[in-house]
Amino acid sequence: MATASKKNPFDLIFSSITAISSFSVILIVIGIIYVLVSESSLAIGKFGVIKFLTSIDWDPVKESFGALTNIYGTVITTFLSLIMAIPVAIGIAIFVTEISPNFLKGPIGAAIELLAAVPSIIYGMWGLFTLSPIMSNYIEPALKKITASIPLVEILFRGTPMGIDILTASVILSIMIIPFTASISRDSFNLTPAVVKESAYALGATKWEVVKNVVIPYSKLGVFGGIVLSLGRALGETMAVAFVLGNNHRITTSLLDAAATITVTLANEFTEADKDIYLSSLFYLALVLFVMSFIILAAAKFFLLKAERKYSR
Amino acid sequence: MTCEQRRKIEGRIALTLSTLAALLGLFWLVFILGDVLVHGIKALNPSLFLNDPTPPGVEGGGLRNAFIGQLIITLCATLIGVPVGVLGGTFLAEYARGKKIARIISILSDIMVSVPSIVIGTFIYAILVKPVGHFNGWAGAVALAIIMIPVVLRTTEDMLSLVPWTLREAAFALGAPYYKVIVQVVYRGAATGILTGILLSIARVAGETAPLLFTSFNNSFFTLDMKQPMSSLTVTIFQYAMGPYDNWHAQAWAAAFVITMFILILTIVGRLIIKWRYR
Amino acid sequence: MEVQIVLGTVEIAVKDLNFFYSGNFRALNKINLLVYKNAVTSLIGPSGCGKTTLLRCFNRLHDLYPKNRYEGEILFKDENVLSNETDLIKLRSRIGMVFQKPTPFPMSIFDNIAYGLKLKGIKKMSDLSESVEEALGHAALWDEVKDKLNTSAYELSGGQQQRLVIARALAVNPEVLLFDEPTSALDPISAAKIEELTEMLKKEITIIIVTHNMQQAARISDYTALMYLGELIEFGETDTIFVNPQNKLTEEYITGRFG
Repeated sequence: MATASKKNPFDLIFSSITAISSFSVILIVIGIIYVLVSESSLAIGKFGVIKFLTSIDWDPVKESFGALTNIYGTVITTFLSLIMAIPVAIGIAIFVTEISPNFLKGPIGAAIELLAAVPSIIYGMWGLFTLSPIMSNYIEPALKKITASIPLVEILFRGTPMGIDILTASVILSIMIIPFTASISRDSFNLTPAVVKESAYALGATKWEVVKNVVIPYSKLGVFGGIVLSLGRALGETMAVAFVLGNNHRITTSLLDAAATITVTLANEFTEADKDIYLSSLFYLALVLFVMSFIILAAAKFFLLKAERKYSR
Repeated sequence: MTCEQRRKIEGRIALTLSTLAALLGLFWLVFILGDVLVHGIKALNPSLFLNDPTPPGVEGGGLRNAFIGQLIITLCATLIGVPVGVLGGTFLAEYARGKKIARIISILSDIMVSVPSIVIGTFIYAILVKPVGHFNGWAGAVALAIIMIPVVLRTTEDMLSLVPWTLREAAFALGAPYYKVIVQVVYRGAATGILTGILLSIARVAGETAPLLFTSFNNSFFTLDMKQPMSSLTVTIFQYAMGPYDNWHAQAWAAAFVITMFILILTIVGRLIIKWRYR
Repeated sequence: MEVQIVLGTVEIAVKDLNFFYSGNFRALNKINLLVYKNAVTSLIGPSGCGKTTLLRCFNRLHDLYPKNRYEGEILFKDENVLSNETDLIKLRSRIGMVFQKPTPFPMSIFDNIAYGLKLKGIKKMSDLSESVEEALGHAALWDEVKDKLNTSAYELSGGQQQRLVIARALAVNPEVLLFDEPTSALDPISAAKIEELTEMLKKEITIIIVTHNMQQAARISDYTALMYLGELIEFGETDTIFVNPQNKLTEEYITGRFG
């Protein structure tokens, strides 16, 4: 570690410039919090905190706004997409690290990185033009038929399958998350030292047993951190979901209904908000989202740091 | 069935499922990119790049303003975001190495990398759009820059940290002041890594839509004036895809194709550089 | 000669063994070797001579990595270990292995020892507990850990972890144990404990140990094989090798003129 020489003026200048640049990050975070709070102060004043978070109102005419429908949509789509994505992502990670022959590891790894680089608007557009018709014409009617006689499950599939609904949005979101989660899981799996795996093989374990009993427990902190990170990202996704969710502010039990997430509401209504209280409520929503994702991303970072520390001994 | 046979079968099932998962991932990639390719190429034609949009419902026209607008906004974002990011990462890896403040900023940056980009959009709206009174290109550029900064900062920090300390000591021993050591020796050593980080961050922001939705907004006319609302490919794709007109849909596919190609090529080039350099 | 009659049963016979890494690189050249039952056979030689490569042939650990190739035979109780029909899982529960660096699994001490047993289908807690206690006793670790069987294995010291790993390998009742430089990562006191352990264990198991520490080989082994550049230079009773080597290379290695 070296410090800037007090005698050299250029050093002082350069170190100051770099310091200011790095402090910009802190400035941005503080700036965002400050701005969001002050812009939503009107709505906070009118609706308070608990009432806003628990109200299902969203009425621009009556000037009554609440976050619950948006939060509900955000939570449901994120949750569903994670359920669909995690097994596939971990399966891919297991394949790449343990099953695939060496010459395939590069190309498949590259394919994952490419999928991760595709911008979310492309996913969204593809979802609208290609996936949505498939969902409404084939998959959703089939799901309806299959679950029609199962008592509790059929509630999830009520209503006309239009293709623009929670289910489609969750599928798109899950496809988006898969490469990211797979990548982090793969990196965590690769941290398991070869010697530990060899020890398990030397005891007569099969390949799957080594993965199940040694590799996965060894890397579980890293994998978990990756999952939480994916959750944080999914929470904040806008474009992938905006095309196929509809924009319907309500709490619904059917996956075949349109709904609203915080991000989609912001995307659709921000430029339409004509009254101050309307705009302020939207800022309030943005603040809620920012706080939610910040906390989750911080938790993810915590787990990932812990994993790093544990295994770099 | 013996215990061993059961274990073997269980193993085989589990590993088959993993392989299926990998195939599923590959399937989505091929499906999505294939669709973009097929639909996009169909709608590609020179007028897309040379003409501006026609009024809604009228056939023909192109997206010249959107292409140029996207270029300008991304370029300005890069001009703002990259220097701040590189210099910031330099501070963390050099002057502040090992100090607590470096840790804090590093962790904050990591979090900011994944923060919802639409929130950044609302933030910039409040400070760069409302006071001005109308949407403008600068707001879009700054919004993208804010997304870029943490990404570039972290990759720069990581790449600089990879350069062995002994290299710096050798330069010090020759009598160089720290800033010269950094600029002339350390940057050289980490150049490819930093460059790749920059390329990948450009690939990331080039595809962003949400932060532009209420900053640079959109403009059906061609303009080079960044103080006015500025058209961008991504926002145009959003508007056109959601719209009712078939020719709008076709143009949206074409624009999606171009943007995806651009981003994929940048990503591949970036990864190849890293592979080649750190073989 | 008398010693040979007492310990005379051959447990493993290596016949004309050649081994190639990744298809082409010949790492072992026509190895012929006998491993006697209930004895300690040590493989010594300078770095890169192939002793670890040879060790890993016995439990076919090379099979984990692509394109490795064996030629020749390794007869373990008259069955050829290298044949394509060999059940590797069964083989590895009869021939166990302890590595240079202690490799506890991310589990409790009890679960570590019980792991191999659970793989074999033993589920009853009482059976497991009995076997775990027996194995830890054989590894001279029972007294030190009997009160903390459910704590993480990572909390043990390096020497204890290595004894844990030995107990884990012992729990499945192997007939042969392969040691790959088991004490090179340990402090002298822990190393001495492991050497004592080896002396006791050989009464019931056959042990093959790779070591770069000649004095260790002289101390604990009954038979010694000297290897150099992938070939077996000399093999015989340890006393003979160290006191009256037949081969000039052996004498030079023993007296420290190379390696």
